[in-house]
Amino acid sequence: MYKLWATLVKDFRVLWRDGVGLALMFVMPITLVVVITDIQNSTFQLINKNKLPILLVNRDTGASGKQLVEAINKIGMFAVLQLPQNQDEKTIGDSLRKKDALMSVVIPADFTRKVLAKSKNTAGKALTSFGLQADSSAQKDLGEIDPLTLYYNPVLQESLLLSVKGALQSALQLVESRQTLRTLYFDINEKPLPVDLEGQMLNNKARINDFPVSIGGSLKPPNAAQHNVPAWTIFAMFFIIMSLGGSVVREKVSGSFIRLKTLPTSYLVGMLSKQITYIIVTFIQAAVIFSLGIWLFPHINLPGLELPHDLFGLFVVTLLTGWCAVSFAICVGVFSETHQQNNGFGAIAIVILAAIGGLMVPTFSMDTSLKAIANFSPMHWCLEAYYGLFLQNGTLSSVVSYLIPLVLITLSFQLLALWGLRRKNLI
Amino acid sequence: MVDDVLAVNIENLGFHYPGNDGVTFSGLNLKVKKGQRFGLFGPNGAGKTTLLSLMTGLISPLNGKVELLGHNVAKHNNEVNRLFGFVPQDFSFYQELSPVENLAFFGAWAGLNRHQIKTTTDELLHILGLDNVRNKQVDKFSGGMKRRVNLAIGVIHNPQILILDEPTVGVDVQTRHAIISYLHELNKNGTTLIYTSHQLSEAEGLCEEVALIDSGEIIAQNHLEALLIEHKKESLEGLFLELTGKEYRNDV
Repeated sequence: MYKLWATLVKDFRVLWRDGVGLALMFVMPITLVVVITDIQNSTFQLINKNKLPILLVNRDTGASGKQLVEAINKIGMFAVLQLPQNQDEKTIGDSLRKKDALMSVVIPADFTRKVLAKSKNTAGKALTSFGLQADSSAQKDLGEIDPLTLYYNPVLQESLLLSVKGALQSALQLVESRQTLRTLYFDINEKPLPVDLEGQMLNNKARINDFPVSIGGSLKPPNAAQHNVPAWTIFAMFFIIMSLGGSVVREKVSGSFIRLKTLPTSYLVGMLSKQITYIIVTFIQAAVIFSLGIWLFPHINLPGLELPHDLFGLFVVTLLTGWCAVSFAICVGVFSETHQQNNGFGAIAIVILAAIGGLMVPTFSMDTSLKAIANFSPMHWCLEAYYGLFLQNGTLSSVVSYLIPLVLITLSFQLLALWGLRRKNLI
Repeated sequence: MVDDVLAVNIENLGFHYPGNDGVTFSGLNLKVKKGQRFGLFGPNGAGKTTLLSLMTGLISPLNGKVELLGHNVAKHNNEVNRLFGFVPQDFSFYQELSPVENLAFFGAWAGLNRHQIKTTTDELLHILGLDNVRNKQVDKFSGGMKRRVNLAIGVIHNPQILILDEPTVGVDVQTRHAIISYLHELNKNGTTLIYTSHQLSEAEGLCEEVALIDSGEIIAQNHLEALLIEHKKESLEGLFLELTGKEYRNDV
């Protein structure tokens, strides 16, 4: 027992004097958590606060063009900057390249005329189907309404572009529906559609109630902190590879392994000590990052982190995540011949494991083959377990199914490291 | 009879590295008596370090046996490891730690308790002139000071056999004198010394018996004086050059 204690003391001393390693394990992940949460939070609040700038050129002089501008304004998602009617495509393109805005909508010159014609045509068909006489001029089809033109800067992500197109489509639909209703009403009643009735018919939509489905029954929607803090805490824990893997490499390179092997103590004591030391480090990392989420985030205009109700579950998930990160780091350290190999492979491996594990892009949005590959990333299971606690308000028993594969992957790393140590005649 | 037990007994040793890279031993025999100051010399790539690695169990022979004080090293159990101390050529310790911290760690691994570590550490640091830097980080030390720390760690558990791989390489005269004097002191107290070095004049003053090794074979072994008389040489260096030649040896 004294050997283990002496080794723990040695490992903590070596770690404490490794300033670069400590910075990599604490400063970088903390910065990452704050930055990513801030960015993610901006996306979450896009509709409410941080509106997306959009350039609008209305070449149409009629009522429908104005209604469309008004409808786009009412979506609430855009900060509309209206440009002069005669603004040419080149100037618009220049503005997008300079990132004055990331997108621009051009309403065609004959928009009102075509909306009107289409509404008459649609109303005429409707009257005919009711068995009523339609205005003969209404049957003339002027063709499709010229589509709105949407220019966008290629940096705009496809998912955001799809959301924008959906929003514009609904604004367009509103203008067209309004005109069709007015025409139909006028043709039947020979008087304009009353404003209040129009409002009721167009705006009285059924609401969508959305509730997060949580295991614990909470109806509180999760915020960006709940999503990001656990994810990037996992990333931080795996970042110990720089320090721990480096420490294993250093012992091999400096010959300490050789000296230790000639002493009457199994090197497994050394491995156990490293695991205990760095599991404690991962706990400190988690505690620091969670504390920042709880206490610092609200002071820097970020949503605060709420810990799950099952704190014991949180302890177990953090322990197993830390153990997995430590096992991975030791494994890479055992097989690396130099610091460069350890740090290079380690850093790239962590990013790949994070990417396929769903830390960067959610696994549910991946295709089938990538989803299958995600199962091999330990970070995927860590993330699922943390999300079960943080987002779904679950308990340890509800996330056990994620912890079993995590433990199996961890044991694989341990066995691989042992095999590597034996193969290299180090134990 | 305890005194009849050999400190080192190597019989019919066979060894080669994977892919036959480096030195090959075939049927090598070597005996070192208990309490001797034994020197193992040879040109670069002759097999000195490999032979020391086989003695310390760092690598295992393909055939034959290596015994330390009658215990088979191949089993490499804790009992064998307690018998010897090893001072590798490299600085095999933690440069981020102080001498006291290094000795505390390696002492524990050598099986000493807290009290034994403290007593031995104080004694060793005093003898090796490291008292005034006992709590300073070793990475700031000169090469000679690091050599002394390396030696102190090797003897912390008071081993019966001390195996030293070039313990004075790159040190100044004062440090060399201090190390060699300390090794004499250890030997007087019963420690068997197995020593390799390229400092042949230093070895002449230290070693009673020497073996010359070349290409994995022991080409001469006897008391130093007897060897010099046999080969009509006045110094170990002259003997060395006669038996191993004057060509360059490139050890890749």
